[in-house]
Amino acid sequence: MRYLPKSPSERQEMLAAIGANSIEDLFRSIPEKFRLRTPLALPGPLSEVEIIQYFQARAAENARGFTSFLGAGAYQHLRSVVADSLVQRGEFLTSYTPYQAEISQGTLAAIFEFQTLMCQLAGQEVANASMYDGSTALTEAVLMAQRLTGRQFVLVARSVHPEYRQVLATYARNLGIQIKEIGFTESGQLDRSALTKDDLARAAAVVVQSPNFFGTLEEIPALADAAHAESALLITSITETVSLGVVRPPAEADIVALEAQSFGVSPSYGGPYVGVIATREKFMRQMPGRLAGQTTDAEGRRGFVLTLATREQHIRREKATSNICTNEALYALVATIHLCLLGKEGLREMATQNLAKSRFAAGELEKIPGVRRAFSGPFFNEFTLEFPRSVKMINSALLREKIIGPLALGTHYPELTKRGVLCVTETVPRAEIERLAAAVRKVLETPV
Amino acid sequence: MYPSEYRYTKDHEWIKPDGDSASIGITDYAQGELGDVVFVELPKIGTQIKAGASFGTIESVKAVSELFAPVSGEVTETNPALHDAPETVNKDPHGAAWLIKIKMSDPKEPGALMDAAAYQAYISEKAKETSA
Repeated sequence: MRYLPKSPSERQEMLAAIGANSIEDLFRSIPEKFRLRTPLALPGPLSEVEIIQYFQARAAENARGFTSFLGAGAYQHLRSVVADSLVQRGEFLTSYTPYQAEISQGTLAAIFEFQTLMCQLAGQEVANASMYDGSTALTEAVLMAQRLTGRQFVLVARSVHPEYRQVLATYARNLGIQIKEIGFTESGQLDRSALTKDDLARAAAVVVQSPNFFGTLEEIPALADAAHAESALLITSITETVSLGVVRPPAEADIVALEAQSFGVSPSYGGPYVGVIATREKFMRQMPGRLAGQTTDAEGRRGFVLTLATREQHIRREKATSNICTNEALYALVATIHLCLLGKEGLREMATQNLAKSRFAAGELEKIPGVRRAFSGPFFNEFTLEFPRSVKMINSALLREKIIGPLALGTHYPELTKRGVLCVTETVPRAEIERLAAAVRKVLETPV
Repeated sequence: MYPSEYRYTKDHEWIKPDGDSASIGITDYAQGELGDVVFVELPKIGTQIKAGASFGTIESVKAVSELFAPVSGEVTETNPALHDAPETVNKDPHGAAWLIKIKMSDPKEPGALMDAAAYQAYISEKAKETSA
């Protein structure tokens, strides 16, 4: 379709119809002191060659040849070119969310497969067609719990990703939801003794992440029992979904909020990410977003429809379940293709390699005098180490060796200075782990 | 079609008074406009409902709509059959598909609503508006 802007005579006609003399007339209600009377400070137009050169120069600023041990919500995993080439097909790449859904049977079938995979991995009965990202999925899960329980109070583990907690706090502030944070023990797990009966009895939900921000796995069944005893729900956030290849699914949780970036989406600067909410069937109507459903058409053939969209913003306006109307259909498709390529065995194999390599790395680093694991709880591919010096100082030395080191926890947890979270995925060769250990040893042996 | 002992609202709910109590449902016209009903969300027993305010939602394949209370009162019963068979609303809107039973705050309140003849006149006007 060609885009034809309006001609001056058409503009005059439109202005005449609404009784205005000029475009300027339309802005008259804005006081003069707030009007911008100088041109915007934007660079001038560029030719095609100049644009290509500009972006080549920007791309050259990327960190090349670095080995990364950074996780904390964004994970580097093996990806297949198959997913990239399939999602770049025009039928998928150019289509926006299908509002006239049923004409896009292929898109709906792919979303249906995605939901099925997410349910199986999360141990839940129903999963939505995706959401913006893991942080908004977690926040929407809390709003769901608020609607389901009628309670305005949530207990949130401090070991939940700090940025996820910030997103939640932003929503909660204007919705009258009160948040109480629950600390952690020496194991790195939620401090269950801090969950009082009184707090639980007025809580909509207990919110945990597993593996949590320190890399430690939470005890989901016990936490679910504690929450359920006082009619509160348990919400589990999972930022590293590859863990589900070896870790029991959080089937006891009532709502699971996932970030599925680990499934074939590269950890690009700032996204995109792909969030998901999975839950029990009885809570389905309080779930935000939409669902692709399988049905039979008038001639008895298998077909797919978009269900629950009736509760979305474009239909229910201010009464919608959520004001998020957008999903990440293209990245849900990437995740679906990625998981289908890996298969059950492949995902398990990938997860097992993460377990093995992260344990090897922890072992090598703990041999260094003054370096020890900060938490004793079980971990998947991330773990927290305590160092004898500041993590930021260690990291700047590592960067000179082309190594991206641990995430400094002190930034988000003042009580956890000198502690850093390392992530070791299947993408890191053994030799690089040994190079990291040698580099850390060298930094720590250098006199300050 | 529209029982004479019922009273009707402009939002297409009916109320069947019975002393202090009353049953409430949606009209045949409403179910026709909604299309196939797939879910009905009703308040908990004991909830206070207020005339003109929403007391639940009704979901069809096309849309989710609010249910508006014809009068004020306290919910004493909700129709358990609608959970598994929401299509009853399409089949028997004035009978088996009652939504809630309430104890009215003021048993005189239904008197102010439309009777069957007035409601039928109201919906035939609506039909004209739509076809015009």
